[in-house]
Amino acid sequence: MDDVIIGLEVHVQLNRLKTKLFCSCPINYHDSEPNTHVCPVCLGMPGAMPVINKEAVKAAIKIALALNAEVQPFTVFDRKNYFYPDLPKGFQISQYDRPLALGGYVTIETEDGEKKIALKRIHMEEDPGKLSYKGSITLAKYSLIDYNRSGVPLLEIVTEPVMSSPKEARLFLNKLRIILEYLEVFDGNLEGAMRVDANISLKGGGRVEIKNISSFKGVERALSYEITRQRNLLRRGRVVLRETRHFDEVNNITVSLRSKEEEQDYRYFPEPDLVPIHTSELVDEVKDLLPEMPEEKRQRFIQQYEIGDNFAKVLVLDPKMADYFEEVALQLDAKLAASWIVDVLRGELNYRGWDFRVGWEKLRPEEMIRLLKYFVEEKITEKGVVEVIRTKLDEGGDIDAIIQSKGLFAIPKTEIERLCREAIEKNPKAVEDYKAGKKQAANYLVGYVMKVTRGRADPAETAKIIREMLSN
Amino acid sequence: MITRDDVLHIANLAKIQLSDEEVEKFKDEFQSILDYFDILDEVEEEIEPTFTVIQLRNVFREDAPGECLSREEAMMNAKHVENGYFKGPKVVE
Repeated sequence: MDDVIIGLEVHVQLNRLKTKLFCSCPINYHDSEPNTHVCPVCLGMPGAMPVINKEAVKAAIKIALALNAEVQPFTVFDRKNYFYPDLPKGFQISQYDRPLALGGYVTIETEDGEKKIALKRIHMEEDPGKLSYKGSITLAKYSLIDYNRSGVPLLEIVTEPVMSSPKEARLFLNKLRIILEYLEVFDGNLEGAMRVDANISLKGGGRVEIKNISSFKGVERALSYEITRQRNLLRRGRVVLRETRHFDEVNNITVSLRSKEEEQDYRYFPEPDLVPIHTSELVDEVKDLLPEMPEEKRQRFIQQYEIGDNFAKVLVLDPKMADYFEEVALQLDAKLAASWIVDVLRGELNYRGWDFRVGWEKLRPEEMIRLLKYFVEEKITEKGVVEVIRTKLDEGGDIDAIIQSKGLFAIPKTEIERLCREAIEKNPKAVEDYKAGKKQAANYLVGYVMKVTRGRADPAETAKIIREMLSN
Repeated sequence: MITRDDVLHIANLAKIQLSDEEVEKFKDEFQSILDYFDILDEVEEEIEPTFTVIQLRNVFREDAPGECLSREEAMMNAKHVENGYFKGPKVVE
């Protein structure tokens, strides 16, 4: 899509902090009643004064460094003035011409290879409160306001207009999310953790901004819809107006917001209640705290554990999965560990809608090690391991107890040999067929053993024994 | 020059209504404020801008949770409330 230009503004909640940006209200409000995590500061009461959260500034610097951006030595907050009931003060404390950081990039892997998505700026601001409507938004006569979210530390990350397809936008957001999770400043599972405004234009058309999309899939769908809509307009010789649109997640379309409401004149000016920040000491402090990032980890895994890039690439997608792998790989063959974690455990967790943070609790690495050791020692079959993993995830319990109760411990070789003899004795027809040259008749005999052992016998091993017996 | 439309635009942003006399009054006052700012043209260009008159920097708070208001206290002065929410105008047509 050579004619498509996309830029994103991503709002990221620094939601692993304990308190709001300018007051000490806790930010663990997600399951709370409305307006229970509020104080005079985040309610915008007269005379209340903001004081900035040091850890929020450090978390923001951490992100800026990890995104290869230039943290500015001197940064200032500004008031962005507009009347909207989600802002109790009538302005939002944000940053304007002295943002925290400039530049930076995120590398994504497209079908045509790596692409660096350049960033324009990163700045800090306070999250507004949340509006809702009783019944439907169209029928409601007023809004209901919950200020629990008001003042939550928010980072706005703005890209240059350099993406050329909705898919690239999604890849960028996925990568950004992984980086943020690595930094331990962000939990993407919490509702509203990341919200996106997307700018899109086609060659020869005006730039359209789609506001406040709350899921990655939504971003991709909203952009795809816009491309189709704008293409159709241009093809018919009509103009694409420069405007702001809203994404309707239910119907997967974008709708125009009345331009009058969007004619904003924010009248920014420096926030007089906050003093400037000189960042150099904080940057030094934070630099020492930066963890290993996904790309570095991927290279290290390939070198240290000698696993393929196909595994390394997947393992680093979630820092918790990478840690899980390392725990297991220290005790067992790393390739075996990688394969079981990437090909089996990850799939089973995905299927249940869980990530590795949950997975870690459901099937602890030491339990996985015990289970895989049984597999290596041939005490349990591959199929048996999968069954134990599923049972353990769904019902919990002790690994050994599950194997016992389901009779999954593999059957000793002497027992398999006995059953093979039994199969041969009971199925003279199959034996006759085999000896007459129908080699697939052996499968029938293997099937018999599998059936009486309920799949606990190793099929390859059984087939080998049967063939040996029949050729004697 | 400040025009009548400039004053009305700013009044609209501030969500206030002005009488004709007030518009005229503010037109003159806005103009005199802007004229006053012309003094800044005399400042040499390499002078650092002043963002604040307070000679402080890096005033921080630790990330430690403190006391919130109870919901009753928080909503005590609000005229329009419903089920623990503040009621506000509808903002999307």
